Amino acid sequence: MESIPYEHGLILAAMLFVCGLVGVLTRRNIVFVLLSLEIMLNACGLAFVVGSARWGDAEGQAMFVMILTLAAAEVAVGLGLIIQMYRRFQTVDISVLNEMKG
Amino acid sequence: MAEWLGLLPAFPLAGFLALVLTGGRLPRRIAGVIGVGSVALSFLLALIVASSYLTGAAEPVTVTLWTWMSAGAFAPGFSFYLDGLSVVMILIITGVGFLIHLYSTGFMADDPGFARFFSYMNLFVASMLILVLADNLVLLYLGWEGVGLCSYLLIGFWYDNPANGAAARKAFVVTRVGDTSMAIGLFLLFSELGTLDIQQVLSVAGAEWEIGSGVAVAAAALLLGGAVGKSAQLPLQTWLPDAMAGPTPISALIHAATMVTAGVYLIARTHVLFELAPSVQLLVAFVGLLTLLMAGFTALMQRDIKRILAYSTISQIGYMFLALGVGAWSAAIFHLMTHAFFKALLFLAAGTVILSLHHEHDIFRMGGMRKRLPLAFWSFVIGSAALTALPFTSGFYSKDEILLAALAQPDYGMLLWLGGVLGAFLTALYSFRLVFVAFFGPMHFIQEADDAHHGPVREITGIPMALPLVVLALLSLVGGFIPVPVDAVFASATEHAEAHPSVLLHGIMIAIPIIGVLISWLLYGERQGAASQRQRFATMPGAGFLQRLWVNGWYMDALYDALLVKPFVAIARLNRHDLVDQGVTFSSFLAQVGNRLLVLTQTGNLRWYGVSMVAGLVVVLAIGAWL
Repeated sequence: MESIPYEHGLILAAMLFVCGLVGVLTRRNIVFVLLSLEIMLNACGLAFVVGSARWGDAEGQAMFVMILTLAAAEVAVGLGLIIQMYRRFQTVDISVLNEMKG
Repeated sequence: MAEWLGLLPAFPLAGFLALVLTGGRLPRRIAGVIGVGSVALSFLLALIVASSYLTGAAEPVTVTLWTWMSAGAFAPGFSFYLDGLSVVMILIITGVGFLIHLYSTGFMADDPGFARFFSYMNLFVASMLILVLADNLVLLYLGWEGVGLCSYLLIGFWYDNPANGAAARKAFVVTRVGDTSMAIGLFLLFSELGTLDIQQVLSVAGAEWEIGSGVAVAAAALLLGGAVGKSAQLPLQTWLPDAMAGPTPISALIHAATMVTAGVYLIARTHVLFELAPSVQLLVAFVGLLTLLMAGFTALMQRDIKRILAYSTISQIGYMFLALGVGAWSAAIFHLMTHAFFKALLFLAAGTVILSLHHEHDIFRMGGMRKRLPLAFWSFVIGSAALTALPFTSGFYSKDEILLAALAQPDYGMLLWLGGVLGAFLTALYSFRLVFVAFFGPMHFIQEADDAHHGPVREITGIPMALPLVVLALLSLVGGFIPVPVDAVFASATEHAEAHPSVLLHGIMIAIPIIGVLISWLLYGERQGAASQRQRFATMPGAGFLQRLWVNGWYMDALYDALLVKPFVAIARLNRHDLVDQGVTFSSFLAQVGNRLLVLTQTGNLRWYGVSMVAGLVVVLAIGAWL
């Protein structure tokens, strides 16, 4: 079976990462920011998996399992915060949360 | 007995501490007892010490309490020195001081600052005793500054009025000029002689310095600067008339009887230095002469009862300086003593007048008071007679001695004598002008005061205020017979040839004050035509100019204001933003600008932070890739 060249995998990971990053930087709705963050995490995970396939090392895949856990925990905390934010400010727009400016 | 010398200033100091630490919470009666009692104890002790000293060997005694500070060869002790001169001074300070304290319990009875007043007074007496008992010049300087401080505090005692604060500041700053000169004098003495112990200074200087040598002249001149400041002599006399802003007992104690004579004491104490510098000694005489004449002319034109007495004080201290300048040391101290009696009497009587008339100071708004205020009237008559040196009063004997000594001065004797006699004439004129204007004549101002205050003006007396007046009046009359035991102190002084003035000169000296009193009666007495006489003088050419000149004290205040105060204030205003501060101010300015710039980055916007982090990351990665 012709294996997919690892460069392709890395390019896909980079594109996903940039997609997520752009989402984090441009989205005003905090739910979408959280989603974009998930995409970035998964992009990192893809890069790890590609790396582990390239060098035949299982550590990369173990790292992906850890990233999954981390992402789950992050979503739990993040959604909790979003609910609190919505209760308090009646909005999910993060540009409203600028009280801590100097 | 002499071992108890240390207790002498300790009593009033303890009184001061007790009054100050309780912070005015003591009842008036107790505060008064502490304030007066401490000085009374001091006076009793002074009497015991003096009698044991005079009946004993009459040898000078030194009592060292402890070493004050020690730095190499410089180790001034907290030590007291008792000789004839200090005996006279401690008796005057504690005796007159006690009477004035007693008087103050009546005068200040209704004042809210009663305890504060007595605490300052006690501190003053303690400082003054340290000044006159000091064995070395450093301790003397401690007392010297201590009395200056108390003078400042007491002139500004009624601090609600900004004018009083200004007067206090003026007194403090002007005397500070003299004090600085004196401090430099002390440094000079120490660097030249290696000691500041007074007796050692005098003996070493007398042995080592030649008469008229530069260093002797410099030392004497610098000490003279200090004396001139403290004793309100030309050219530093301007603070004393303003010092009358304080309560009247203060004017009696500090600005007439004791503190202002500290300069006379200093010169008498260090007389050897002045004898080594004949030119400076002559300067002392002329400073005294000029001051006594200028102050005498000024006193002629004043309307404020206390300012008249203030100028008269300046003038009388001028006599003391004249005596010092011609080497009549004991005559100066004698006049210091009699002046303390009659000037304290006059000020206290003026206090009674002012209090009785509801704080009226203007003598031309008094008149006819002799019927209403008999005690004050007789006090004023006796005090003015002594001040004028009418025969057989105390002032007669002391002034007589001074004038005779001035006449014996070899070079300028006649000039000094004539000036002194003219001064005596002026003294008679202004002091009896005060008596005639205030106590004789029509009573309509008194009646106005009756109406204004719903009740006849009555003399405020009572034992605490009457007793000091009576005692001081007696002393003013017979004080001339009190011997002053200072001959031994000045034994080393070169005795001047005893003057044997002719009967004519003696006659002139007796007649001049009497003529002065008569002229004063012609101009201001209770008689027909006095007003037209005054009018004739007032319309003479130049009279208006002289009047303005003398009312304003020869415009000395205006002169100093224009020459010193105004330029100083202008420079201060120019340099309001201190030049030296600019370096420090700039660094704080820099920090503020940085702060303002960095604050811009803290927008509180989450995405903005994200963008900057990414941008930073990109930059770091790019640098990494490029390297």
